[in-house]
This record gives sequence, structure tokens and C-alpha cells, in this order.
Amino acid sequence: MTLVLEQLLNGLQFGVMLFLLAAGLTLIFGIMGVINLAHGSLYMVGAYAAAFAAAQTGSFLLALLAGLAAAAVTGIVMELVVLRRLYARDHLDQVLATFALILIFNQSVTILFGRQPLFVAIPPALNGSVQLLPGLVYPVYRLAIIAVGLLVALGLYLLINRTRVGMLVRAGATHREMVRALGVDIRLLYTAVFGLGALLAGLAGLMAGPILAVQVGMGEQILIMTFVVVVIGGVGSIRGAFFGALIVGLVDTSLRAFAPGLLRHVMTGSEADALGAGLASMGIYLLMAIVLLVRPKGLFPAHV
Amino acid sequence: MTATLLSVRGLRKRFGGLVATDGVDLDVRDGEIHALIGPNGAGKTTLLTQLFGELTHDEGAITLSGEEIGALSTPQRVKRGVARTFQITQLLPDFTMLDNVALAVQAHDGHSFRFFGNARRDEALRARARQHLATAGLSHRAEIKVADLSHGEQKQLEFAIALACEPRLLLLDEPMAGLGHAESEQMVAMLSGLKGRVTMLLVEHDMDAVFALADRISVLVYGRVIATGTAEQIRDNPEVRTAYLGEGDA
Amino acid sequence: MSENALIRTDTTASGLGRIIALIALAAALIALPFVVQALGQPALVPLATRVLIYAIAAASLNLALGFGGMVSFGHAAFFGIGGYAVGILYRTFADDALFLGFIPGTDQLLITLPAAILVAGFFACIIGALSLRTAGVQFIMITLAFAQMLFFLFVSLKAYGGDDGMTIRRRNALFDLNTRDDVTFYFICLAIAALVFLVLWRIVGSRFGLVLAGIRQNERRMAAIGIAPYRYKLAAFIISGMGAGLAGALMANYLRFVSPDMLHWTKSGELMIMVILGGVGTLLGPLLGAAALVILETVLTGWTEHWQLVLGPILLLVVLFTQGGLNGLLTRLGLGRSAP
Repeated sequence: MTLVLEQLLNGLQFGVMLFLLAAGLTLIFGIMGVINLAHGSLYMVGAYAAAFAAAQTGSFLLALLAGLAAAAVTGIVMELVVLRRLYARDHLDQVLATFALILIFNQSVTILFGRQPLFVAIPPALNGSVQLLPGLVYPVYRLAIIAVGLLVALGLYLLINRTRVGMLVRAGATHREMVRALGVDIRLLYTAVFGLGALLAGLAGLMAGPILAVQVGMGEQILIMTFVVVVIGGVGSIRGAFFGALIVGLVDTSLRAFAPGLLRHVMTGSEADALGAGLASMGIYLLMAIVLLVRPKGLFPAHV
Repeated sequence: MTATLLSVRGLRKRFGGLVATDGVDLDVRDGEIHALIGPNGAGKTTLLTQLFGELTHDEGAITLSGEEIGALSTPQRVKRGVARTFQITQLLPDFTMLDNVALAVQAHDGHSFRFFGNARRDEALRARARQHLATAGLSHRAEIKVADLSHGEQKQLEFAIALACEPRLLLLDEPMAGLGHAESEQMVAMLSGLKGRVTMLLVEHDMDAVFALADRISVLVYGRVIATGTAEQIRDNPEVRTAYLGEGDA
Repeated sequence: MSENALIRTDTTASGLGRIIALIALAAALIALPFVVQALGQPALVPLATRVLIYAIAAASLNLALGFGGMVSFGHAAFFGIGGYAVGILYRTFADDALFLGFIPGTDQLLITLPAAILVAGFFACIIGALSLRTAGVQFIMITLAFAQMLFFLFVSLKAYGGDDGMTIRRRNALFDLNTRDDVTFYFICLAIAALVFLVLWRIVGSRFGLVLAGIRQNERRMAAIGIAPYRYKLAAFIISGMGAGLAGALMANYLRFVSPDMLHWTKSGELMIMVILGGVGTLLGPLLGAAALVILETVLTGWTEHWQLVLGPILLLVVLFTQGGLNGLLTRLGLGRSAP
């Protein structure tokens, strides 16, 4: 039972990280109509910057700031130099241009840091585990991630639903032209939204450092899962990103944890492991296929 | 009493808090030109879009020759004989005029899963397309790409494409919009020419055209039909005058 | 769709010029092995073979993407499935076993190629049927995701090499030809490529092709003339997947190796790069684009292991600042041909 709870918490933790990425991505899709494959690169930049800062200074706070700053700056530069030119272009051009960015980022990072994964230590303040229930001991760091993620979700909810800026964002997500026609400085809005998305991606990246591998290509792995989240949740919808992320996080983690074990009841050990791992990797995509069959626009689409 | 081709009963459409179509009842008789007029924002285009199946209505019934078509998709309604022209032209910009019309002819034929014959050399198809272009007065511009056409020519092309669908009911969404005087007259002449052969529901602001063409007129205000009748009856209707001109107690 | 996807109507004025260019191209491709032999560069023949195989894949993708307007980011899946069809059939043949209990293996090209086409087509049908229920960014993401799913599937198939891939001892046999010989295999691929391009040319000019082009330009208009777009898009997607599968089967033969890398999403990206480099929605564009990318990659890898750092900016510049890729450039110079 504690095993199940532990995996549920793991799923929740993975889910909030996916949410941080998906929220930015879905806003950018919804408001700017741009597909940005290099969103994962911002995640990677956050992770690497934080890892580098931590290794150099030993200070968690500096690492945190470095990660956020690096991601935000990279994002804004990306927006000004490349993304701006893509808003009016068709999707193929956007895909290829941002794919080119991935190539550039990945190779640059390889040149700077090499191909070996970087080791990042868990900050001492968050080290160790805590007992949540009798028999259930869980790492503090992962709880911290969950807490941060939920706080950000709350913050985004308030921002989107209770502020004027949020209103513009919501309007922009569903009626882009109208917002422009109303005289809102759309370019400022776009840059702000993009910057926010970059910040969130960087946050996810720097938090991921101690528990996942910091290496080139980490961005693309999680980006594709983020796409699945956005599709399941519904493009342009923060609510969709939130629930989609939790669902995907929980499903993926549960499958990885339990599929091989369950399969061992019906087949031999090594086969069960292989098939289990396979099913686990494929699981969320099958889930996406099922959701698509029933709700082509996702579970909580921004506009029906 | 001529038969009713299109019958609309209790049509409703809501967009969140906005009621765009508020219980529309409408009859279009076989062979007539029925004009739909009303102030801006009355919901005329929204009504046409629902009749054509591009927008799903919330409540109500749409019947074509007694057959309920409300659940059918747009291509299915086209197969039943409904066609439409668009106020903001919907054309295939990379193709020529002739290509656009020929494709409509081909679609009407229904054999589009052919993979090997050269469709542009299908003389029978192209000949019929040229005929429709001729009816619309566009023969001399057949090989021009749509992107290079003037606005008036694009509107005329819309009309030619609609003809190629060989419809029983033609929904026209402001065919005169953006046309100059001579072009408008041309369009009125063409529509007149079709009278009796094709039933038309004509949404228009150009009152000269409306009074010249329409057998009957319906007035749409805030999503409801407030009056239906001949031009005379509509001109003299006090509610209509109020809605349009703000006369009386309004 | 970007202006790259212009489909110009037949203008007989340049018709003769185009035919001459085509004949010149054909002659050059046929003469290639002999010319490079004379120049003392026999390694260029396998390079050219790779170009031809990728050209088939890119041209197939172009049908869905350039002509149909469907930005599929998952075509590597069909490419890989075609490759694995060959691989699995060969492994089954070599082990003298039965795949799934009833399918015998084979090493005959005349069987493996159609098999690869059919299996790839089958998967394209399922993936297409689901993905085409969406559009825009959703469609792109979904095709990417499905391809990734299949990538993980093949990674988990330990029986067929898993992550490490599977070697194929010998290339498939075709009558009595020595498929192991570079030049022989080159001509086989050339013949198949010519056939594929011919078929695609006919499809594009057919009734189906015009409908597809119409759907790409304005779906609303197509619905308004009575065409339900979904089935046509799906048909184009399936045909496109079959072509990619054929290319994958040839690639497996060429490399004598298959691995999940053939299905990796970066492979999908490579195919799209070839399409845009060559000129989206043109007939010969994919050949030019495949040649450009393969040659670029080969040259750059010779200079530096970080060749992608050079490819990235080049790609970015091509996307942002050129119209119509290489084909567009050639056309403007009066040398190339535009699509019919």
C-alpha cells in the first residue's frame, strides 16, 4: 500500500514538472499560434545553468537564480531573434526553424559541457526524507517540487483568472485577432507570455537537475511528453495543462512502476520486464489515442 | 400554392451569453428568390452558416423538400442540392478560375478517387466548367489565377462555382458586397437569369438589388424574423420601419 | 500553406525546357556510377544510393505535407516500420522460423518490398485515422507522439535487437542479381525511385491530386462543393506512409542493419528538412533536398563532429529567408521545373 502511495506521489511530482512545461507551451500555442520545439531547450538551459552555478558556487540560491535567469534571457533572445519572424508563417516553417534551434542549442551545450551527464547534488536544506504516514517515508526534495508546482499552478490560476493581464491572455488564447483589433500592444503581450513560459520551463529544468540526468537531449524527451499533455488537456487551456499533466504523470509513473510486476504473473521474468518497460513507455501515447477518439479537442479545450 | 423547398422551424443558436439566432421560422418556396434583410448584427450570416451545416444549431429543424437535413454535414447537404456563396470569398488561390469551377464540377460528378488520369486534360469536365464560367460572364478570364483577380471577379467566381454544384437551393451571402455599380447590375442580371430554375435565399444590404430580384422578403432583427412578405408589404410594415429607421416610439 | 507550395498550371512554353532538363537528369543519374568510377571515387555510388532512398522517403512525405498540407512530424515511424519489415522477415528466414506463428520469413526483395509497403500503409491508416481528427499544432504533436510510441515499441522488442538494432546478414535477393554489389544496388534503387516519382507525378495531376490540392488551399471551400476532406487526407496520408515504408525497406537493405533510430523523431525532422530544402509541394524538390542534406551532412561530418551546429543556422536561414528552397531557386534561374 505504501508502495502505491509512494508511486502516486512520484506521479504527482512528475505531473507538476510536466505542468510547468505544458502551461507555457499551451499558452504559446493558444495565444501566439506558434509551435515551438525549442521549448525543451529552455528546460535544458535552466538545468545546465543551475548545475553549473551550483558546482561553481555551492549555493543553492545562486543556482536557482542562475537557472531562472538563463532560461528567461535565452527565451527572450529566442523570441526577439527567431520566434517573432514566425508568427505569421505556417506551421511547417515554425517546426523547422525551431528544430534548427534545437540543433544549435544541443550542439552548443555539447561543446560547452561535453556529452557526459552532469551530476547535481540535492541542496542540503532539502536533503533527506520525511515520514508522511507510518511506513511511508518520502524524500523532502520531491515534496518540495510538488509544493512549488502546486504553488505555481495556483499563481497561474490567479493570474489568468483574476487579473487584467490574465484577461488579455485568456482573450488572446481564444480570439487573437480581436485582441489585436482592440489596440492592445500584442507584441508586448507575446514577449511577456513567452518570457513567462521560458521562466516556467527553466524552473522545471533546474528542479529536475538533482533527480533526472542533466544531459543534452533531456529537453526533447520531456518535450514530447509535454505535447501529449497539451493534446490530452486541450490546446490553449491552463486547466487542461494542469489536469492533463497530472493524468500523464500519474499514468506514466504507475505503468513504469507496476507494469513489469503485474506482467510477471503471466509470463517469465525477463520477458515481463521487457514488455513491461515497453508498455510503460507506450502507455501515455495509447492514452492520448483513446482521448483523441472520444474528445478530439482534448479534455478541457479553451474553445469548444 | 407552390411547394416549400426549405423549411426552418424554431432555429436557435447561442454563443455563450449571446443569442445569435432566436427561434427563426422561415419558408422558402420552390423557384422563388427569397431575400433576407435586416440591420447589421441581426444574425443573417450566422443563419446561412447554420442552414449550410457549417455551424451546428442548438435547437430547431431544417427541412429540405420534406427531408430533415439538420444532422447532415456540409458536404452531405451539398449532395442534397444546397450550395452557397460566401461574403468573404472562399476560393482556391493557387488555382485558376477554370480550375476552381472544374473542381466543383468534378466534385458534383462524384468520382474523385481517381489516381491516374490527368484531370486537367479531362475535356468533358473542363467544357462544362467553361459553360458555367460563361454564364457568370467570366470566359475571358478563365486561365487567370485567383490570387490575381479583382474583388468583383472573385465574387463572380463564387457564383460560377455555386452554379457548378447544380443546386436546387442557393444560399447567397451578400453577393453585391464590394461590387461597383456596373458589376452589381451584372450580378443582378445573372441572378435574374436563374430565376425559376434555382431557388435562392439571398442575404443582401443592397436594397435596389433586393427589390429588383426578390419575390418575397423576410426581415431578421436580433435573430428573429419579424416580418415576411412581398416588397410592398415589407415597405409598409411598421415594425420593419421601426427596426430599420428608428421611427415611431422606439 | 507557405508560398513555397505553389502549384502552377501547365505552361507549354517551358514544357520543352522541362523535358530536356528531365532527360539530362535521367542521363546523369544513369551515367553516375561509371563517371565516378572513372574519376576514382567509387564511394560516391553508395552515397548516391542513400540520396535516392531518402529522396523516395522525402517525396512520399511531400505528398502528405507539400501537396496535402498535412504537417506530419511522424513519418520516420513508417520509414522504420518498412525497415523492420525487411529485418524481421530476414531474421525469420535465417532462423527458419514462423513470425507470429504463421508467417514464414523471406529474403526475396520482391516479397519484402511489398510487405514493407503494406505494413507501413496499415500503420499509416491507423495513425492517420486518429490524427486527422485534429488539425494544426495538435496534428503535428500527435503524429510526433505516435511515432515516438512506435520508437519505444521497437526499443522494447528484445527479440529483434531492441535498442541495439538488428543486423541483416545479406541484402535481399532479386532474381539472380548480385545485390551486394554497390552499383547493382544503386540501379535497383534508381529504378524504384524513378517508378515512385512517376507514380507521384500521376497522382498529383489526377482528380484525387486536384482535390488534395484544393483541400490544402481551402478546406471550407472544398466542403462547400461537396467534398468531405477527411477521407482524401487519410488516403494521401496512407499513400505517403507506404512510400516512406518502401524507402525504409531499401535503407535496411542498403545498411544491412535496422535499429529504432530509424523511427526517432529526429529522423522525421530530417525528412522534413529535405522537403523544405528542396522546395515544398514540388515534384523534384525532394530529390534536390535529399541530395542537399545528405551531401551537406557527409561534407560537414568530415570537418567536425559538431556539424549540427553548422546545419542549424543553415536550416534557420533557409526557412526564414528563402522562398521555395532549392527548387524555387532553380526555377528563378530558369533551370528547374515547377510542379504541374
